[in-house]
Amino acid sequence: MIRLRGVTKRYGAFEAVRGIDLDIAKGELFGLLGPNGAGKTTTMRMIAGILTPTGGTIEIGGESIVDHPIAAKAKLGFIPDRPYVYEKLTGGEFLRFTAALYGQDGSTIETRIDELLALFDLTPWKEELTESYSHGMRQKLIIASALVHRPEVIVVDEPMIGLDPKSAKLLKALFRNYTERGGTVLMSTHTLEIIEGMCDRIGIIHEGKLIACGTMADLRREAASEGAGMEELFLRLTGEHLDHDLDAVLG
Amino acid sequence: MPSSADHVGRQPDFATLTSPKWRSALARLRRRPEGGSRGRGLLLGLGGLVFLGVTFFIALRVVLYFKQVEEIGQLLAGKLLGMAFLAFLGILLLSNLISALSTFFLARDLDMLVAAPLDWGRFYLAKLGETVIHSSWMVMLLAFPLLSAYAVAWHGGPLFPLVALGALLPLLIIPAVIGSAITLVLVNVFPARRTRDILGLVTIVGAGGLVVLLRVLRPEQLARPEGFQSLVDFIAVLSTPSHPLLPSEWASSMLMNWLTRVADPLPIALLWSTAGAFVVMGASLHRRLYASGFAKAQEGAGGFVRGASWDRVARWLLVGMPPMRREFILKDLRTFFRDSTQWSQLILLGVLVLVYLFNVQALPLFTGERVPVLIITLITFLNQGLAGFVIAAIAARFIFPAISLEGRLLWLLRSSPLDPVAMLRSKYLVGILPLLVLAVGLTVATNHLLRASDFMMLVSVLTIVAYTLAVAGLALGIGTLYPQYDTENAAQIPTSFGGLVFMLLAITLLAVVIILEAIPVADYLRATQGDVAWEVGPVGWAAFAAAALCCVLAGWLPLRYAVRRLRTLEV
Repeated sequence: MIRLRGVTKRYGAFEAVRGIDLDIAKGELFGLLGPNGAGKTTTMRMIAGILTPTGGTIEIGGESIVDHPIAAKAKLGFIPDRPYVYEKLTGGEFLRFTAALYGQDGSTIETRIDELLALFDLTPWKEELTESYSHGMRQKLIIASALVHRPEVIVVDEPMIGLDPKSAKLLKALFRNYTERGGTVLMSTHTLEIIEGMCDRIGIIHEGKLIACGTMADLRREAASEGAGMEELFLRLTGEHLDHDLDAVLG
Repeated sequence: MPSSADHVGRQPDFATLTSPKWRSALARLRRRPEGGSRGRGLLLGLGGLVFLGVTFFIALRVVLYFKQVEEIGQLLAGKLLGMAFLAFLGILLLSNLISALSTFFLARDLDMLVAAPLDWGRFYLAKLGETVIHSSWMVMLLAFPLLSAYAVAWHGGPLFPLVALGALLPLLIIPAVIGSAITLVLVNVFPARRTRDILGLVTIVGAGGLVVLLRVLRPEQLARPEGFQSLVDFIAVLSTPSHPLLPSEWASSMLMNWLTRVADPLPIALLWSTAGAFVVMGASLHRRLYASGFAKAQEGAGGFVRGASWDRVARWLLVGMPPMRREFILKDLRTFFRDSTQWSQLILLGVLVLVYLFNVQALPLFTGERVPVLIITLITFLNQGLAGFVIAAIAARFIFPAISLEGRLLWLLRSSPLDPVAMLRSKYLVGILPLLVLAVGLTVATNHLLRASDFMMLVSVLTIVAYTLAVAGLALGIGTLYPQYDTENAAQIPTSFGGLVFMLLAITLLAVVIILEAIPVADYLRATQGDVAWEVGPVGWAAFAAAALCCVLAGWLPLRYAVRRLRTLEV
């Protein structure tokens, strides 16, 4: 469903993403993990069509995001890491606007908007301007907006930031159900528990390269760490370790 | 473990507190400019120098002229300086209201500063200093050529810059203290975001009122002594301080005293003691009210929605449009009319139109001696230029920022299957309709006041329609090519480099159109003077066609480049 071949992204002399190859099947929940500045967000934004790759190809459901952006983006729902919304629109208006961007309107969409707002406990806020929403409420509104047009693929960058435990649990169940119904999710997160517990496969990205990819068992094999948890695997595969002298800092 | 509480007695100095601001400014200056930005810097610098030079030249001519007038020359110059300072004071009061809200309650560094064990007095002075700099740099820029002209005319001497600084500093501090005090009280009553709306509205209404008042008072009459009953009345008006209790009057007296070698310490004492007393009073008010105000500023504004009925009307009017375009137009209308920093600009626009119509009506064309038809036709023709300039300025304010305002939401627009052509078409539609109504209304009204002939009326209306269609495309196109995605305040976007490029292109287009149309209009005038029948000849038609072609190209080309830019835009 998502296919990357030799994808690179350069900013001047700096190479943020270096030749990534990746295939994510229909119905799969794929987790992307990596240290800060590894190139995760750049990769996600290229897949969502916000950034243009310097080299390589990206296909969503067989459509190239560069050559046929409208057809590819019609299959996609993107959830960014920062929940920016139009502050002078109400929650209901924002969802209606998002649906219209995908060419959808009418009573079906009105029903869908009500369903999604109810799912995320936002119904009482439907007619309120989003400027009065909290960070978590905005995040939930954006997740709802990514689902409003019933996409085939969801690309989500750090979905749990700002969500309360109930909403986080709901989101996990939502993604699970969505993939069971044939939807595809590409998720980037630092929450190792989510990666470990939810994802079918995991990709570890480090210094712009996909250094490991597979199921938890595959990663354990690759790191030669049978029985290790995600935290240990991550540190081992990325070659990072805690070597700071905490005594010197804390005194 | 040693505790931070051990160092609590040691407070950071003013330079440390303000270091994030001035260090960032220095870093921006030090950054080596590359390619385009070097060109921009040069163009901006050159534009600034030209502006300063022209202002200095005009001010010097006026001041030298006043100086030569026997008996009253010095009084006139002092009066002019007093009026300029009064205008500065008005501008400073209004701009300080907004700046103080931003620096004291909305700035990003506040959480860190408020959480730090910082003495309230230092905090107040640091933020007051920041407010003074934010709100007064433009006034200082205007004051520089004006005061230089006075210094040259009266041989102010090498110490004059210091004296001028001594007069201007308290003039900048006093309105900053008043502005921050009013803001402080308002934030304690309303949440900060609502206060911003209220202050924005107060500022716009205040500025509009000030302009109307100044225009209706006809200050130009002061330069015409024949309007007074006797010369003694005129001199009496000049020699009496207009506003003896205002700091603007003290500052102008202080400078004129220095320039005319009069030893009078009273204005200096009044200026500095008042500024000092204001800072002390402001600080004490800050100590009492800031903590509660800051806490209140963290509260949301409450998201009530205005204008549900017009929303229904707009929705009904747009029925039948594809959902993407309809919702885009509705979104733009909603975000505009729900944001008081945006719609309140319409008040200024109303004032601008009012002053324009008032000026046309005040032209002495149909009173007193009969003015030849030639002159009236010429004024009618050149009035197109003025109307065009007004339309370009309005397009700069309302259409130019359209794409920049999408800034933070570009993630949504770029990740959705929205075609950039559809987006630009919607934005063009939202901008062009009100602009066309205004342009045609303004042209017809002013031509009616000028009693223009049918031919001139037709030429003016067709020209302004073509120019408006072009300038809207130009504004949207250049606004897309030179976006300001990080600016939250729409009013600041047209003051960017792209805004300057747009205005230069819009004025060039206007000049080209007027020069081309001057060919058939001159022909028409000659025929009218000779009282012979006249029709537009082949050269005239060619000129009109060339003007129309220029408008089409000026509107279409930037939009074409804008579509390309949006298709490859990275955010």
